[in-house]
Amino acid sequence: MANLILGAVITGILTGGVYALMASGLTLIFGVMEIINIAQGALVILGAYLSYWLQANYHVDILIGLLITMPIMFFLGVAIEWVFIRPLKINRTMLSILVTFAIAMIIEGVLTNRVGADYVELNAWYVNASFKIGNYYLPYIYVFGFVLSVILLIGLYLLLYRTKFGYSLRASMQNRTAAELIGIDIERVSAITFGIGVALAAAGGVAFGATNLFNPGSHYDLISRLLVIIVLGGLGSLRGALIASIAMLVIGDVTAVVWSPVWSSTVFFIVLVAVLVIRPQGLFGQTEGRKQ
Amino acid sequence: MKLHYFARLRKVLFASISAGLILLFVAACGGSSTASTTPTPANTTPIKIGISLSFSGDFSADGQAFQQGYQLWANDINKAGGLLGRQVQLDIVNDNSSPDQVQTNYQTLITVHKDDLVFGPFSTLLTKPGSVVASRYGYAFVEGAGGGPSVFTRGLHNVFDVSLPVANNLVAFAHYLQTLPSSVRPTSIAYATEDDPFTQPQVDTAKTLLEQEGFKTASYQVYPAETTDYNPIADKMIASGAQVVVVGTLLPDVSAFIQRFKQQHYNPQGLIATAGPDQGDQFTKAIGGVASAEGIMVPNGGWFPQANTTGNAQMVQEYLAKYGGTAADISSDVAEAYAVGQVVQQAATKINSIDNTKLIAELHSGATFDSVQGPVKFDDTGQNIAATAYLFQWQKGNLVPVYPANVASAEPVYPKANWP
Repeated sequence: MANLILGAVITGILTGGVYALMASGLTLIFGVMEIINIAQGALVILGAYLSYWLQANYHVDILIGLLITMPIMFFLGVAIEWVFIRPLKINRTMLSILVTFAIAMIIEGVLTNRVGADYVELNAWYVNASFKIGNYYLPYIYVFGFVLSVILLIGLYLLLYRTKFGYSLRASMQNRTAAELIGIDIERVSAITFGIGVALAAAGGVAFGATNLFNPGSHYDLISRLLVIIVLGGLGSLRGALIASIAMLVIGDVTAVVWSPVWSSTVFFIVLVAVLVIRPQGLFGQTEGRKQ
Repeated sequence: MKLHYFARLRKVLFASISAGLILLFVAACGGSSTASTTPTPANTTPIKIGISLSFSGDFSADGQAFQQGYQLWANDINKAGGLLGRQVQLDIVNDNSSPDQVQTNYQTLITVHKDDLVFGPFSTLLTKPGSVVASRYGYAFVEGAGGGPSVFTRGLHNVFDVSLPVANNLVAFAHYLQTLPSSVRPTSIAYATEDDPFTQPQVDTAKTLLEQEGFKTASYQVYPAETTDYNPIADKMIASGAQVVVVGTLLPDVSAFIQRFKQQHYNPQGLIATAGPDQGDQFTKAIGGVASAEGIMVPNGGWFPQANTTGNAQMVQEYLAKYGGTAADISSDVAEAYAVGQVVQQAATKINSIDNTKLIAELHSGATFDSVQGPVKFDDTGQNIAATAYLFQWQKGNLVPVYPANVASAEPVYPKANWP
């Protein structure tokens, strides 16, 4: 049993890193723009399909393919912000839920029309391979996914804290109106932030698509989990997204092996409710998150 | 003045209503006398059949396959002159794999679209709400993929499943294990299943049968259908050291289990999944190629491309002509949907009517119908008691029938090969 629990913790941490990657884009967008991007799950799936397309047609390795798919997704994000989000001038948070849900539906519809509803999975030599540490085999794909997550989150951290754009972005997160008053081009920051969030979805899509079968409809389960993560971590907090992702997966996996998979979600949601009772703003909620 | 006005209005209304009633009476009498002297023109309006299918969400792949099956049947019957001389028109709406939407859809198909008949959706989960709506309006609900026991325990009189009752799917596998010589016969089995009304009854039935025969249960897990992280469930099966793994899955979860087994270098001697391995190249691609599929088993509800059943060769040929691919790529969902059409067609032809009350009576009459899945005969609850479970196994890139011997085209391989 000890081995099982250890395995569950390791798997939970590694898989949690992958979820953090997907959730970081969601929480970043909320932090800056105060909109909830329900389409993030669909964008993750779109990113996975882009990688699949590159792999199937041009034999591009799924990780190397990110050099192509992330810029594409970045510009797609900028375009989505420009066309769909920017016109929302009043009641942005509420309206954004409807608008981004519509975007998710459009993405799902287009994908279903173009590629069909069959399940596919990303493949590479490291998807099924593993290496041994003690009595436990560590799958390369989870390790690579975790490393990718760490690299991109560090990159995001450096962007936020070591660049002029980062100062603008953080100023926008702290107070949108005040940032505008001191001359920050909020619309430009918002467009780039949305682009970054969507580009992160592309990276998340690779990790998700290599560890799960997916089809155009796979985003429903995904977005519900991502929303739970950012609620627990605190809306707008990157650190919160990372810790909440890992917590969700570790709690779920350990419960599954110690008790039963049926109780995995229940136990996690009990923890979530307990945290929210004590800290309604989440682990690193808005006030804390906007200071980072 | 006002009173006088209302009195006049009342008189006018009374006169109008009286005149209307007299006209109706005369028309009715006239109608009956005309009917007795002039032959009724044949009804040539199309028969509309309402169907709710999933084109998004969890069952989207199955929904598309079902649409193909229904469409192939409709094309065939229309080419042959239609049902009772009337062309068949399918009225298909999307339910997004949602039980709530299924309920709304059948309500709309029956009360708004005024469809003559309804056919079932994909899955037990969606059949349950759909059949309740159909029952409310007295419609027969013939379906091909709602075989979970819970469909038939609600006292509905209008539900008919043309496929093998789900709970019996793994019976052939349980019988096969009992036939293995003691030198190779496994002693311990790990079970894991979704809490889905399609998968869990199969696994539970197999577990009961195998335990009765002395096979030890090394691990038994039930997990929610919305699970996305299957690793801890797979790890528990691996840790149990079971020689045989029985999983109640659809394609995504069996693929995840196999990926995990490969990563953890766990090679069970036998592996059977309730669904997933029957999805042709979708399955083999998902698990990393045909070599990984070698030896994996899947139950079969009575249909395979080469089956010598009514209309099967024609259906397979037409499928390939219309959708391409190979016979091995055809999902069993296609046959399940096609069989629904065949059974309704035979029942309607026999009673020369598409009246739903008469259809329900005919389907309950104990008559045996023929379908691409083999014979169909309904018991009181609407389950097909004439269907037989087969056992299929991936061998050298093909999914072939291996048990029972009378349908087998190859010997079953046990133990299965290690992962490549």
